Amino acid sequence: MAGAGAYGRKSAHSQPNCSKSGLGPGPGPDQPIITCRLLRSLFTPLIQTLRGPILSSSSTSPLIQRRVERPRSTRSLPSVYMKFTCLSKGGNFYFPPCHIITVSGFRILLDCPLDLSSLMIFSPIPTHAFSNPELPSPDSVDQKRQKHERPIDSSELIRAQPWFKTVTSLHLWNVPFIDVVLISSPMGMLGLPFLSRVNGFRAKIYVTEVTARIGQLLMEDLVLMNKEFRQFYGCEESGLPQWMNWEKLESLPSLFREIVLGEDGVELGGWMPLYSADDVKGCMQKVHTLKYAQEVCYNGTLIIKAVSSGLEIGTYLSSPVLEDVKDNSCYSAPTSQKSSTLSADNDQEASAELLLSTSESLEEMEKLNFICSCIIDSVKAGGSVLIPIGRLGIILQLLELISLSLEASSLKVPIFIISSVAEELLAFTNIIPEWLCKQRQEKLFSGEPFFAHTQLIKEKKLHVFPAVHSPNLLKIWQEPCIAFSPHWSLRLGPVVHLLRRWSGDENSLLIMEEGVDADLALLPFKPMAMKVLQCSFLSGIKLQKVQPLLKILQPKFVLFPEDLRQLVSYSDTNSHAFFYYCENETLPVPSLKNSSELEIAADLVSLIHCRRLTAESIGIGRLKGDFSVTHGKHQLHSGSEQADSSQSRPPLLHWGSLDLERLLAVLEKMGIRGSVEQGNSDTDSENARVVHVYEPNKALIEVRENSTIISASNESLSSLIFEAVDGILSGL
Amino acid sequence: MAIECLVLGAGQEVGKSCAVVTINGKRIMFDCGMHMGYLDHRRFPDFSLISKSADFNTAIDCIVITHFHLDHVGALPYFTEVCGYSGPIYMTYPTKALSPLMLEDYRKVMVDRRGEQELFSNDDIMKCMKKVIAVDLKQTVQVDKDLQIRAYYAGHVLGAAMFYAKVGDAAMVYTGDYNMTPDRHLGAAQIDRLQLDLLITESTYATTVRDSKYAREREFLKAVHKCVADGGKVLIPTFALGRAQELCILLDNYWERMNLKVPIYFSAGLTIQANMYYKMLISWTNQRVKETYATHNAFDFKNVRSFDRSLINAPGPCVLFATPGMISGGFSLEVFKLWAPSEMNLVTLPGYCLAGTIGHKLTTGKPTKIDLDKDIQISVRCQIHQLSFSPHTDAKGIMDLVKFLSPKHVILVHGEKPKMASLKGKIESDLGIQCYYPANNDTVCIPSTCWLKADTSKTFIRSSLNPNFKFVKTISEDKSNLVSKETEATSVLQVHDERVAEGILIVEKSKKAKVVHQNELLLMIGKDKHDVQFAYCCPVQIGNLERTKGMDFALSKNVVSTSDECSWLHLLFAKLATKLGGNIQDFGQHLQVDSIHISVCLKDICPYRTTDGPQKEPAVFFCCTWSVADVNLAWEIISIMENLDLSII
Repeated sequence: MAGAGAYGRKSAHSQPNCSKSGLGPGPGPDQPIITCRLLRSLFTPLIQTLRGPILSSSSTSPLIQRRVERPRSTRSLPSVYMKFTCLSKGGNFYFPPCHIITVSGFRILLDCPLDLSSLMIFSPIPTHAFSNPELPSPDSVDQKRQKHERPIDSSELIRAQPWFKTVTSLHLWNVPFIDVVLISSPMGMLGLPFLSRVNGFRAKIYVTEVTARIGQLLMEDLVLMNKEFRQFYGCEESGLPQWMNWEKLESLPSLFREIVLGEDGVELGGWMPLYSADDVKGCMQKVHTLKYAQEVCYNGTLIIKAVSSGLEIGTYLSSPVLEDVKDNSCYSAPTSQKSSTLSADNDQEASAELLLSTSESLEEMEKLNFICSCIIDSVKAGGSVLIPIGRLGIILQLLELISLSLEASSLKVPIFIISSVAEELLAFTNIIPEWLCKQRQEKLFSGEPFFAHTQLIKEKKLHVFPAVHSPNLLKIWQEPCIAFSPHWSLRLGPVVHLLRRWSGDENSLLIMEEGVDADLALLPFKPMAMKVLQCSFLSGIKLQKVQPLLKILQPKFVLFPEDLRQLVSYSDTNSHAFFYYCENETLPVPSLKNSSELEIAADLVSLIHCRRLTAESIGIGRLKGDFSVTHGKHQLHSGSEQADSSQSRPPLLHWGSLDLERLLAVLEKMGIRGSVEQGNSDTDSENARVVHVYEPNKALIEVRENSTIISASNESLSSLIFEAVDGILSGL
Repeated sequence: MAIECLVLGAGQEVGKSCAVVTINGKRIMFDCGMHMGYLDHRRFPDFSLISKSADFNTAIDCIVITHFHLDHVGALPYFTEVCGYSGPIYMTYPTKALSPLMLEDYRKVMVDRRGEQELFSNDDIMKCMKKVIAVDLKQTVQVDKDLQIRAYYAGHVLGAAMFYAKVGDAAMVYTGDYNMTPDRHLGAAQIDRLQLDLLITESTYATTVRDSKYAREREFLKAVHKCVADGGKVLIPTFALGRAQELCILLDNYWERMNLKVPIYFSAGLTIQANMYYKMLISWTNQRVKETYATHNAFDFKNVRSFDRSLINAPGPCVLFATPGMISGGFSLEVFKLWAPSEMNLVTLPGYCLAGTIGHKLTTGKPTKIDLDKDIQISVRCQIHQLSFSPHTDAKGIMDLVKFLSPKHVILVHGEKPKMASLKGKIESDLGIQCYYPANNDTVCIPSTCWLKADTSKTFIRSSLNPNFKFVKTISEDKSNLVSKETEATSVLQVHDERVAEGILIVEKSKKAKVVHQNELLLMIGKDKHDVQFAYCCPVQIGNLERTKGMDFALSKNVVSTSDECSWLHLLFAKLATKLGGNIQDFGQHLQVDSIHISVCLKDICPYRTTDGPQKEPAVFFCCTWSVADVNLAWEIISIMENLDLSII
């Protein structure tokens, strides 16, 4: 392998297929395609795995689109339609962004992730082989403080039960005020138990059924892996752990300090001890699962529809589309692009396929093939291969490729998957045809399993165990072997044990993902003789794909991360209004529409008595019915008490002026006589003219410019006079 | 606007389900089945009624298939490959996966065993299935700009669905076959509460109400167990899909529980292959089966193996599932011939057997001999056990569904005529919903809801959304003796929130209609408001009080001083409140009921005081004003006031 770097790491750049990464300091000169860091321009190889080859949009550029109609009234200023707050821009694939939006009075939280890469400041559980007799004494820490320029020593890792870093700014929001939580991927779900266990949490959580299941398994796995620490360190002390003391924090290397406190030094509050299994259970009970492309309506107003985003088996699962009754807005969640307005679903599915050029899927395939060839080389040399990648889709594809390659080179090397949830995850992937891509679905129709792993397990080529200490594992364990095992942070789970075992073997190979700080990740395992291959996979939309995406969606507004402002220079910006958002700033999105639509039942319309205004060609009529908001529509039904009452109701609203001469004439015809008298009795009625009625009974009509008062001694006379007045005035 | 429903099959009969529904110009074919009872042209729906010119692609916008049974999907390859329909076809994933098996099985029986000319080839089936678009439950599919369809769980067989279709404002549901009670492997039908113009429902069991299945299941297991314990062989003739899996789950569990080692066989590779599909489609089964998929897939039968022809005459007990059901031919007949003569053996017939099949003969009488054809006669000495497991809903289930959905019209299909007539009567009398049960090739036309679209203002929406609370105090008067009047108010407060939207519709030439709130109208049409009010100055007697506190008031003028104004008002309030309930409000200076405004009149001469002559009784005057909306109530209050004596407490 050419280009073996430090710790024998294979440089990803040595292979063109693997150099797609934009995660380096900047795009290299040999990279004509600008892929920027936050877009996480890596591409999913899961074209074959995914349902409908649909690419995913920038994880950091949610698109807010709405259908806009020209404002009807020029008087009113555009009102704020929606408020958007970015709580976290996220990090890598495993740490999706987190936003909160306020729309039509509802607060919607988009994803609730955990920053698991920050686990790397903790030391994995020491073993006998590893535990250093020269544990740093407390005073030696002080010396190191001065020298933090030099490479960090593994002894500086925090030796304590790890805490987990949540999205800090989320804690500033009042949890009971969140109405809806939309989860777009299993990764976006990992922080959810922290939220759902809060007293007063009452939001509806919408998750696709597959995300829910995988997310639950990932969380349970996390809890289980974390338990290992508890067994080692004993029960947690109450209150803050020691490492969180200010002095201890001060003494941390600057890199660690930044991880703990964040760039602005305010993120300490985001650290929490991990939730319990009961918290996970409670969280799952509050989740509402969605089927593929199922539409749900929240409170009659918000329409939420999950469509496949085409990212990874984990993330492709959901990208809720949000439509609001008023503005038909549509939010495509992170890592999704197939958001749709009401009408455009079909077009989009078609065009999403267009978007994904085959060359890119080929590229991804090539990448996997390259990884596979490295694995085979390593195994041939007698070394074992360790794959701690946490992407289910990649694992499934690699499994198939590896087994094919092994067969082709007639090698008999066992493949192990060691994870507490592996068995269930693998079983689960074979029962979700609805969420897979066309090619995989075809397998259903020809009666084969979707993925090869079922067959591999049957043929005893693939072995699945819940833990390294599983009794049967030792019986059949043989090396070299290929092992998949969590966790990618290299701090938790079975991977720690395996890595310690093989780190000294120069023939062995560790496959890591780019985007993970490899130096830090491998720190506890130094010195390493083992080879390391870092490879990047797609985890978002490519920047150059944004434009075609916008073309399909035709959004009126696009919200884009501020950091990417320079990188987007779109020619036809007049068709979409771009807004740029920053972390922890609330961005108001204006509303352009001032009126909404009402649907009136036809039988109700037939009851309306329309009155034509003489001057203009306008007809007006009173409308009364039962109002309802269903599925994003305002509707007026004919109510129960409708039929009889609407017929003979007197007009309630009058306009125009009352001509006294006419009034007297009309009254006369009714047999009512009276005389006009200029009002002089009262101080406040200077302009009032009064008609005194003396036949058939006493009554009084007080007429002013804009008002008339009828006072009669009995009901029938009063209503007769009203009839006369009504006949002269215009009314409704 | 209207919905037109042309019933091409399953009208007043069971078989060849096919209904062509036109909604707002869109034409959907629901199911495309064949009739198993006929071998001539009657076996397929009469497609010529859809389009005279046989141009089906323009005549039909899409086909929706509810499940894989042949009476629902059987004519599909014929319609697409022979008649030439090439538009979209929708079915659920399991239906798409399992239909070709059913079709191919049928084709084989027709061609290979009966030697008939085939109506469609295997190639046709494959080509036809390629055109099918699979959908998930609750997935909202936009077929074209106007037509939207959605599948709901029907529970009848794996992948069975009810379909919702909507064009513009008109919406309908076609149920296909469904089951309202969960069984061994499937859940109960499930649907959202939808606004429907039309519901087309099956009515196989239009008049029967079924009891629990568990007793029948126990009976079945007992019979099978007894037979194998005595060394006999059990033959269960079934079709490959559906019933076979359900009974297998039942037997497999029972075998496990009782620790039986007697082999259970599946006759053909077909059923084994079908189990493979069931395993992958486990998410379409019921909750209990689903929960265990990871540790043990319920369709991974532990005691089941495939059958080899040589085992037919092998000694020892066994259980055999053989296709086809009803012993209508094929392998199940072959085995039946050999096993029927022995008394030790058992034949279990699950489900419905068509007239003319051996299964039917076995269940209708107790024949000892069955003539297979002119030459062959089988003597039947084995035991016969009939199992009436039916995955159709019963009459109660149909009524429940109709009531739940409350559509404007119901059409019954897939049932027997007299039973349908009685169910129609029940739906119309009990639920007040119009109901039809057309015969084949009849068309039913029903009106559909139509919505008129209008723009509306925010003020109108807001006013309509605002809760319109009315608090009504109903005072219970029975406890009034013991306590004084104020504290006795053990009134029950009733809160009403009737949201009736009132607005004004404005129609202008060549403009979209607009609905606004009343207050916005005048601004829109540029007119000034003219207030029309009523006024009445009402005297209320204070006679008795005058006598007791006489000195406090200016007797001659019949007028109260300002300081007493409020106390009079309060007195009036208390009086009116007891008569009118909680609607009246006291604002200190005046009382108010809706637009009616009552205040103490201090004027010597009030223009609204119409009563003539000097007051005989001392009285306080209250000026009342109101607008036209409350005319009736106002006069009612006035009449109360005029007959009131404020001094009587």
